[in-house]
Amino acid sequence: MKEKQRGKIAEVSGGNIFANRMMSMGIYPGKKITKLSHFVFRGPITIKVGRTVLALGHGMASKIIVEIE
Amino acid sequence: MIKRICLVGNPNVGKSVVFSRLTGVQVISSNYPGTTIEITKGYLKIDEEKIEVADLPGTYSLEPSSKAEEVAVALLKEYQKDGIVVINIVDATNLERNLYLTLQLIEEGYQTVVCLNMCDDTKHRGISINVAALEKLLDVPVISTCAVTGVGIKLLIQRLKETKLTVRSKPDHKERWQEIGKIIEQVQHLEHRHHTLREILEDASVRPFSGLIMAMGIIYASFKVVRFVGESIINKITDPIFFNLYKPLLEKINSSLGQEGSLYSFLYHLLIGDLINGKIDFKQSLGLLTTAPYIEFGMVLPYVISFYFVLSILEDTGYLPRLAILLDNLLHHLGLHGYTIIPVLLGFGCNVPGILSTRMLESKRERFIASTLISIGVPCVPLQAMIFGLLGSFGGFYVGGVYLVLFSLWIILGVILNRTLKGYSPELLLEIPSYRLPPLSVLGQKLLFRIKGFLIEAAPVVLLGVLIINTLLFFRLFDFFSSMFSPIITGLFGLPKETVIALLIGFIRKDVAVGMLMPLGLTAKQLFISATLLAISFPCIATFVVLFKELGFKDLLKATAIMIIVGLIVGIVLNFGIRPFP
Repeated sequence: MKEKQRGKIAEVSGGNIFANRMMSMGIYPGKKITKLSHFVFRGPITIKVGRTVLALGHGMASKIIVEIE
Repeated sequence: MIKRICLVGNPNVGKSVVFSRLTGVQVISSNYPGTTIEITKGYLKIDEEKIEVADLPGTYSLEPSSKAEEVAVALLKEYQKDGIVVINIVDATNLERNLYLTLQLIEEGYQTVVCLNMCDDTKHRGISINVAALEKLLDVPVISTCAVTGVGIKLLIQRLKETKLTVRSKPDHKERWQEIGKIIEQVQHLEHRHHTLREILEDASVRPFSGLIMAMGIIYASFKVVRFVGESIINKITDPIFFNLYKPLLEKINSSLGQEGSLYSFLYHLLIGDLINGKIDFKQSLGLLTTAPYIEFGMVLPYVISFYFVLSILEDTGYLPRLAILLDNLLHHLGLHGYTIIPVLLGFGCNVPGILSTRMLESKRERFIASTLISIGVPCVPLQAMIFGLLGSFGGFYVGGVYLVLFSLWIILGVILNRTLKGYSPELLLEIPSYRLPPLSVLGQKLLFRIKGFLIEAAPVVLLGVLIINTLLFFRLFDFFSSMFSPIITGLFGLPKETVIALLIGFIRKDVAVGMLMPLGLTAKQLFISATLLAISFPCIATFVVLFKELGFKDLLKATAIMIIVGLIVGIVLNFGIRPFP
């Protein structure tokens, strides 16, 4: 996913605990998502879901699978 | 009958502000998730009845994922459901996400009142919420408030009585979100708004390039403002008071006293200290009435004020989490993630709140690394103020040197700890709040609260410290320690043996310890080494106690061993590694 690109979350993989945690923050399949930025060397990624802006580690972000619009 | 009230909500929705409004108890609140790390309790009076109110750390759901969240959920479970009323604080500008916890609370059967906070912020974001409809759909009272200004709080208290035990079916997570989707459709209306300046700035600060430039600008400006405000207070307010008002008064008292008797000379030594060239010298006399107040109020307090002034602005505007993103990569090499920047910044004020706030980190390993690094490599404001005051006269080179040494230590030690400690460090997961312009009155209150805290905690310890030091000095009890440690101090660190006293005093308070160095007439290099050693060696006793409470005895020993080893190595390296600067 590129910067400023929008999409729809297809799947949150990476185990139940992670998926539940994401779920409680409003990140779950079907939700619209916008990527705001990413940092080099597998640095953090910032996304916008609904009205929430989140920063999350590269590993976590790679577990959120997105269908690009 | 209500017995207890718990304030529950997502992180950074303003629970602590509502708490202060309800109970009159002031607590620190900021614009970033995780300010509240402990449960704070206070009392609210309704109809002559005292009700306990508990302010809980923020949580996204009733299934906790950090220590602070665990604390919140554990407390909720401790009480009988019919014994408490839950005030669920909801961020009106982000209703959808917040409703997840709201529904969980109602489903679990808690008597809930929803407090729709930050309503003032919805209008210019083009959000309108139909409160009556929301109340109907949730079947619990919903009150819109703006806690920062106090709007709606009275109504909130009135409607507390309307709570009742509710029954709501428990869907699974997905069904819950579907339900929320339906609710949102019915109660929230969004108007399209063009990008405001605020949004442009918000976006720019999370992008790598523009973010870095903004960060450098903000850090540079913060540093300048801290120095400027601190120096202005010293030059315009405290120094004139000390030198033009207080000193003449002291000298009058001094000359009107007789000079006879051994009790007199003991008291004189305690209160005034030694005369330098027949005169009182605030920096060198070391008396209870001379140097002690001058260190605390003339050298340290001005910088405490200026530091917390700038920190409060950074906290309340919501910039700090953005700094966390930028530093995430670097801190990962130290086994930490970007959000550790908040405990570190708080640690620059005083190590105690810094170490306490490491609770916002997820794992025990991270908390150990962060606490150890803070107590070794983060000098508190009082210590920094004294280092500036003392080393500054030899030029910025030495002051910069202290920071350079500390920063290198951070990196080296962090990398070592990260490689040697078992386990791994979790990744960053952080909600980025939007920028807010904090009202001046709120900033002022917070600043006053912190300064009051500093005065209450620091002043007695400083006076007591100087009292003990002076008594021991008078009876020459330090000589024993000085000779015992002199091989290390003189042989390895190249310092005169009297500095032992200062290093020992560092355990009580760092600022007094640096103050003890003032009369010794050290060279720049010696001063540089001893100031650096004071920063990294044993933390002061308050920090020690917090380390013990947070880490437990075993990890405290580990941390202490690291400090002693690092202190020894740094002292030796600096002594033999640097040539005296001309």
